[in-house]
Amino acid sequence: MTDIATQIDNDVKTNDVVLFMKGTPDMPMCGFSGRSVQILQNLGVPFKGVNVLDSAELRQGIKDYTNWPTVPQLYVKGEFVGGSDIMMEMFQSGELKQLMADKGVA
Amino acid sequence: MAMSATDIERFIKEALPDAVITIRDLAGDGDHYAANVVSAAFKGKSRVQQHQMVYAALKGRMGGELHALALQTSTPED
Repeated sequence: MTDIATQIDNDVKTNDVVLFMKGTPDMPMCGFSGRSVQILQNLGVPFKGVNVLDSAELRQGIKDYTNWPTVPQLYVKGEFVGGSDIMMEMFQSGELKQLMADKGVA
Repeated sequence: MAMSATDIERFIKEALPDAVITIRDLAGDGDHYAANVVSAAFKGKSRVQQHQMVYAALKGRMGGELHALALQTSTPED
């Protein structure tokens, strides 16, 4: 595993809820990332925001880590949940709230 | 860098010949689309896997040439 993959893996495994995004929760730099932050805040779920714009290596590394070509990416208890579309779909159907409850993070 | 709706449809059809695809251009800049893809090939697959199948069909253009593709996938019975 490359250094960047190890760093990502560590973030994913040591935080209950991690959102790899463009920008920070307080200052999202992309509409999709902003929308994902709002969803998590709406659910009242504490999460760690990781700004992939901090390094090109991280920005590419996160796409390789889970074979998902875009950001944002949401991980709950080490598991990849999805990107912005899937988060929105699950949020609207109530599945995301249920998932957080099932995983004991909400 | 941009893609046309017809390009997107062609790539997806090549990988998923039975797919019924509707594409909306969200911004008119060739970079932001919404697509709904219905295919029997998605049967038994999670949403993440379904979306990964569509991204694979786009052969690496997703996130590069194509900045945003708001994706919805389903099987014919859904």
